[in-house]
Amino acid sequence: MKAAAFDYVRAGSVAEACELLRQDGDAIKLIAGGQSLVPMMAMRLARPSRLIDINEIAALKFVAPDPDAIRIGACTRQCVLERDDALAVRVPLLRQALAWVGHIQTRNRGTLGGSLAHADPAAELPLAAQVLGARMMLRSTSGMRCVPASDFFAGPLATAIEPHECLEEVHWPVWPERRTGSAFIEVSRRHGDFAIVAAAAQIAVDDDGRCIRASFGLGGGGQTPLAFPGLAAHLLGTRLDATVVQSVAQDAAIELDPGNDLHASAGYRKHLAAVLAARALRAAFDQTKDKQ
Amino acid sequence: MNETLYPISVEVNGVLRTAPVPARLTLVDWLREELRLTGTHVGCEHGICGACSIMLDGEPVRSCLMYAVQADGHRVTTVEGLAQPDGSLSVLQDSFCDLHALQCGYCTPGILIAAQGLLDATAHPTDEQIREAIGGNLCRCTGYQQIVDAVKHAAARLAEDPLSPRGRGTG
Repeated sequence: MKAAAFDYVRAGSVAEACELLRQDGDAIKLIAGGQSLVPMMAMRLARPSRLIDINEIAALKFVAPDPDAIRIGACTRQCVLERDDALAVRVPLLRQALAWVGHIQTRNRGTLGGSLAHADPAAELPLAAQVLGARMMLRSTSGMRCVPASDFFAGPLATAIEPHECLEEVHWPVWPERRTGSAFIEVSRRHGDFAIVAAAAQIAVDDDGRCIRASFGLGGGGQTPLAFPGLAAHLLGTRLDATVVQSVAQDAAIELDPGNDLHASAGYRKHLAAVLAARALRAAFDQTKDKQ
Repeated sequence: MNETLYPISVEVNGVLRTAPVPARLTLVDWLREELRLTGTHVGCEHGICGACSIMLDGEPVRSCLMYAVQADGHRVTTVEGLAQPDGSLSVLQDSFCDLHALQCGYCTPGILIAAQGLLDATAHPTDEQIREAIGGNLCRCTGYQQIVDAVKHAAARLAEDPLSPRGRGTG
């Protein structure tokens, strides 16, 4: 359980990290919180010949509220985000998701960008990013490009980040609708473990209590976390009665292609997916009632 | 094989320690094997069990999930740093003894660090907050009830006497 030898460089700036990536991106891994990378290196599932440490780059740690989105630096620690009350008001799903991420010791070190770039299909932050349509800002020596969450997650532990790129910021859209509710629910063997299945939802209603905007997704049920914009559209105009919620949740579960493993069979995961998707939708809807 | 060594300088339990380290040396291995601070235990070595918890700049983290070279310029507190310089126990450690909150002791250093992190931030933790704080630490002997009781007992003692060892007044 010891990592193979590697060279270490502590980057002083994003520009420096990008320049190093440009020279030899294939042999380099960026290390942020290291809460997934270090165990992978200990088990020698990852053997980078060089680690670029971005932990000391202050410019990668910030929470900046824009009118229609919150911009968060990729190396912002998860513990900082979970304590941010202003963020919880504007992007409530993020705090709800963080409550399920690891433990205090891992959230003290783990970062937002690290979790997204690692892209575990059962991780909570990638699912929240899918459901809210977060936008990943990828920096390289040739500039910045923006990749929406829907194009970002390419497979288990695989993303659209090119070897010469560094995830610099994540933009989280803020829903302007006054009556917005959200929920994040999961089942795992122990609290803090990766989810067997996780479900997240965000719903907005009009003054009449009818759904005017809806998004939901599932994690742990396939190669990447998934959002279901087509199915969510069936909720518009409804009051999320049991029938429509059940039907949408069932249809979402059908679209999953979960694996069998030690923790759960594919059939059980599909069952969980339908149950949890329905619960998350209802819980998000119920929250809108508190905002008359 | 000649591995590159990187000079590091880390404040460990209030003392500046400097050393050349290979990049792949984990922080916990450096603390235990080079500094001989063997109070911090190695359990799973991949971030599940919590036995290796230490404080980095005052916040509990797992020392098996970072490399020693990454701690350069930072402040580390291990379980040895919770006790007084004369070796007498902190209020929290004392409470663990009083309430039988340990059996074999393997998980205890990590749980003490996690609990101290909670007490540093929260003067009157609820049972739920205590369980959340130690939720990342596995104990295979006692069950967790006595541990929760001991942390609560320590919080009460510290509230009565904030200047006691590792009370909020002593930082």
